[in-house]
Amino acid sequence: MATIDSLRMADRMFVRTYPWRRIDPVPWTALEKPLSACRLALVSSAGMVLPGQAPFDPRVRGGDFSFREIPADAEVRALIDSHRSLAFDHAGMTSDPNLVFPLDRARELAADGFVGSLNGRHLSFMGSITAPGRLVDEAAPDAARLLVADGVDVALLVPV
Amino acid sequence: MSLVAAELERRGIATVAIQLLREIAVRVRPPRALFVPFPHGYPLGAPGDAAGQRQVIETALRLIETPSLAPPALVEFEPAG
Repeated sequence: MATIDSLRMADRMFVRTYPWRRIDPVPWTALEKPLSACRLALVSSAGMVLPGQAPFDPRVRGGDFSFREIPADAEVRALIDSHRSLAFDHAGMTSDPNLVFPLDRARELAADGFVGSLNGRHLSFMGSITAPGRLVDEAAPDAARLLVADGVDVALLVPV
Repeated sequence: MSLVAAELERRGIATVAIQLLREIAVRVRPPRALFVPFPHGYPLGAPGDAAGQRQVIETALRLIETPSLAPPALVEFEPAG
């Protein structure tokens, strides 16, 4: 169980005192067709990149708000952990990247008809963004435009 | 993650977010979230446990299909068996 008390003291203090941005009003899209007819995209904030892609940059003040496109046919074991945070154990995602970027699970869901199809690209962010202004104003709208243009119906967001 | 989810919802994509820390989700209020009882770094459970990972993902996605939910929909994951 992840709890605030399981974090290191510095991270615990941060989580308790950080002015989390409250989403208000909460937007809501109701599904108008069954999942089995929907196109799914994955959005992970585990900081994964593919070989040849720029790793997330730990020097960006407030956190690297950029994202990488991960092609739907990417080999999950090729994903590289470039998340800068030391606040969590990286061993699980290193041994099985599906834990944070479940490409294989998504393929199984599509093959079994649980979802209609997978989008041609999934998106990889790095969490631990302490100054989310540019994420909210730039990267998130850019990401949304891409997925809307792709005809994505549903997105699964996986943190780390 | 929640901020990206909100932007997707505003543009017509239904989302569900896996959440490890209930305290943060309650404050930030993503549109739909599934709280999972796993440690940091293990959002879908155990590495190599394909069936377990899939159970979490299917449970999360089913929230999108559940008409009785209203925003923000913050739901606990209860493993089967």
